[in-house]
Amino acid sequence: MNARDTTPPGNTDMSDPKRHYVRPLDVKHGRVDMGHGAGGRAAAQLIRDIFLAAFDNPYLRQGDDGALLPAPGPGRLVMATDAHVVSPLFFPGGDLGCLSVHGTINDVAMMGARPLYLSASFILEEGFALAELQRIVQSMARAAQEAGVPIVTGDTKVVEKGKGDGLFISTTGVGVVPDGVALSGAHARVGDAVLLSGTIGDHGVAVLSQRESLSFGTSVVSDTAALHTLVDALLRAAPGALRTLRDPTRGGLATTLNEIAQQSSVGIRLDEAQIPIAAQVEAACELLGLDPLYVANEGKLIAICAPEAADTLLATLRAHPLGARAARIGTVTQDAHHFVQMNTRFGGKRVVDWLSGEQLPRIC
Amino acid sequence: MKYIDEYRDGDVARRVGEQIHAEAHSDRQYSFMEFCGGHTHAISRYGVTELLPDNVRMVHGPGCPVCVLPIGRIDLAIRLALEHDVMLCTYGDTLRVPASDGLSLTRAKARGADIRMVYSVADALALARAHPGRQVVFFAIGFETTTPPTAVAIAQAAREGLKNFSVLCCHVLTPAAITHILESPEVQQYGTVPLDGFIGPAHVSIIIGYQPYVAFAEGYRKPVVISGFEPLDVIQSILMLVRQVNEGRAEVENEFIRAVDRHGNTKAQALMDQVFEMRPSFEWRGLGEVPSSALAIRPAYAEFDAEHRFGLHYQSVPDNKACECGAILRGVKRPTDCKIFGTVCTPENPVGSCMVSSEGACAAHYTYGRFRDIPVVTA
Repeated sequence: MNARDTTPPGNTDMSDPKRHYVRPLDVKHGRVDMGHGAGGRAAAQLIRDIFLAAFDNPYLRQGDDGALLPAPGPGRLVMATDAHVVSPLFFPGGDLGCLSVHGTINDVAMMGARPLYLSASFILEEGFALAELQRIVQSMARAAQEAGVPIVTGDTKVVEKGKGDGLFISTTGVGVVPDGVALSGAHARVGDAVLLSGTIGDHGVAVLSQRESLSFGTSVVSDTAALHTLVDALLRAAPGALRTLRDPTRGGLATTLNEIAQQSSVGIRLDEAQIPIAAQVEAACELLGLDPLYVANEGKLIAICAPEAADTLLATLRAHPLGARAARIGTVTQDAHHFVQMNTRFGGKRVVDWLSGEQLPRIC
Repeated sequence: MKYIDEYRDGDVARRVGEQIHAEAHSDRQYSFMEFCGGHTHAISRYGVTELLPDNVRMVHGPGCPVCVLPIGRIDLAIRLALEHDVMLCTYGDTLRVPASDGLSLTRAKARGADIRMVYSVADALALARAHPGRQVVFFAIGFETTTPPTAVAIAQAAREGLKNFSVLCCHVLTPAAITHILESPEVQQYGTVPLDGFIGPAHVSIIIGYQPYVAFAEGYRKPVVISGFEPLDVIQSILMLVRQVNEGRAEVENEFIRAVDRHGNTKAQALMDQVFEMRPSFEWRGLGEVPSSALAIRPAYAEFDAEHRFGLHYQSVPDNKACECGAILRGVKRPTDCKIFGTVCTPENPVGSCMVSSEGACAAHYTYGRFRDIPVVTA
């Protein structure tokens, strides 16, 4: 929001007499039009009344082309970026706004970093309701504030009707990893324990339940949450024992574990009976013909750690509100083919493969 | 989860597995065909074969609705969407089936075709009501399970006088396919497909009942056990088949008593009969032309028949030469017998239809079972 030609919110004294001539933004009934992206007065007004009003912080208020930030102390910088395109924009337990904040904070946190700042860019489709935009932006602001990570710079573009899906939000996060912490998907070792911070599939099922062609009644809510405090607790509990942290978002638990197996050149053996899943999510997946192992999560992490630290770290996860249903779900194995395998509850074995294409429901 | 966990109980499964080990005679082989893709999926996903003795082999049958759909039928659907500019509604698992010219419904969509995935034909009907200016076509595939809902939709469209809704009918019939397999030269003469019995369809049998299978059991001396789609259903049915073989019986037994009876859902059957009639012949992928094996829309409902409305003509398209889907669907070959399995043909890039749906024999083996083909060193 490089709002050079706007007055920071709060500054409404008589030194800015023109304000009285500005027609206020009609947030209640108004819609995004091409003028909001043209860089003129309408764009400035949109930025001031919707974005600055919600995200307000000293860095954003600088109003320059970029945010001038203090250099962080010792450690290394982590930077992560994520584009968010969820449909529908609002779902039980969250919306595109808080999702775009949590998603990027989590990507930074999975590197073992303390997230410091976020940037946000918005692609608005002509005709998008300003009231919805405001709701989403306020939700972002709330999420950023709760996480203690300010949104310090941003950008807005408007595309013609039909060339976007209402609203796309792209966020980038910066954080600092303390010296001595080195987490990577390539660090899993044979014999390591695989921990999961809670139930799988909640986010994906919550979103699916709202799709117009599919709406079904469920009390499942998205698990969208910022996980950096959980990561902080893990790093304090057993520094050095953690090898890999990753949040199983798109593609679900199965896809993320396959990524880790590939990156670390190991196999992973899961125990199906240990994988936590809410009864409602399991039921919805049964009904829709989906495998919950491939359904997205937005507030869960996988922790791979040295086996001797597994009990400590599991207790740490469970002591945190975001890890109450954490479980030890498997073990890292030696496997030249990097298969993720699973002992089924039924007593058999199977491969837990990469997702191929989209997960499509079966008809039979 | 109630009504689910009971049928996936590992302890019970182990006991049934031990019973099969105890009762299967070690001096003979048992080969059973599970007809339905639903069974194939359950066997692979839950690892049912792990619990069976080596001399009890499961052969995957042709009962995967997507797998038996010939290329020419997908081509028709693509042509409707690309050339006739219709809104084509389809079940999810047909989207990626390879068609002619390197196309699939998904790829046609990327070229601008309006293709919508629906969970039910009712959704297609709703789209037709919501878009009166567009022609909406439902791509109807599947066995007797998915046929009654299509009949309901056509009857409903007729009652409402909907002018922009039609159905590309590709519904096929289970008993005809089983007869075809039993009559195939591989089973009859060469003995290349040893078949000692069938795991009979679950959901199909809810509609048609178990009476239609009596003829196979008696006529061809093959035991049939109607089985549910849960893994315990399947393993229990395998035990029942082993017992029939051991005792020299060839009967229709019903393991799926919680849902299937002798005559099935007569209301659904009457509705199917009202809307559909028998096609003289229909091409199946893998099985070729099979007489009296599929349904067409009756002339009384011709205006809801997309083939009629858009003047479509079916053209048969040969399968890729290297693809063994045909032999695999007939039970003659296993997925790993196919030269291109897992190399050229993968779930990301399916050449044959058996690699597309997770119920397909190749996809199921690739996704859930390929670790068995490769020695894995475990720490």
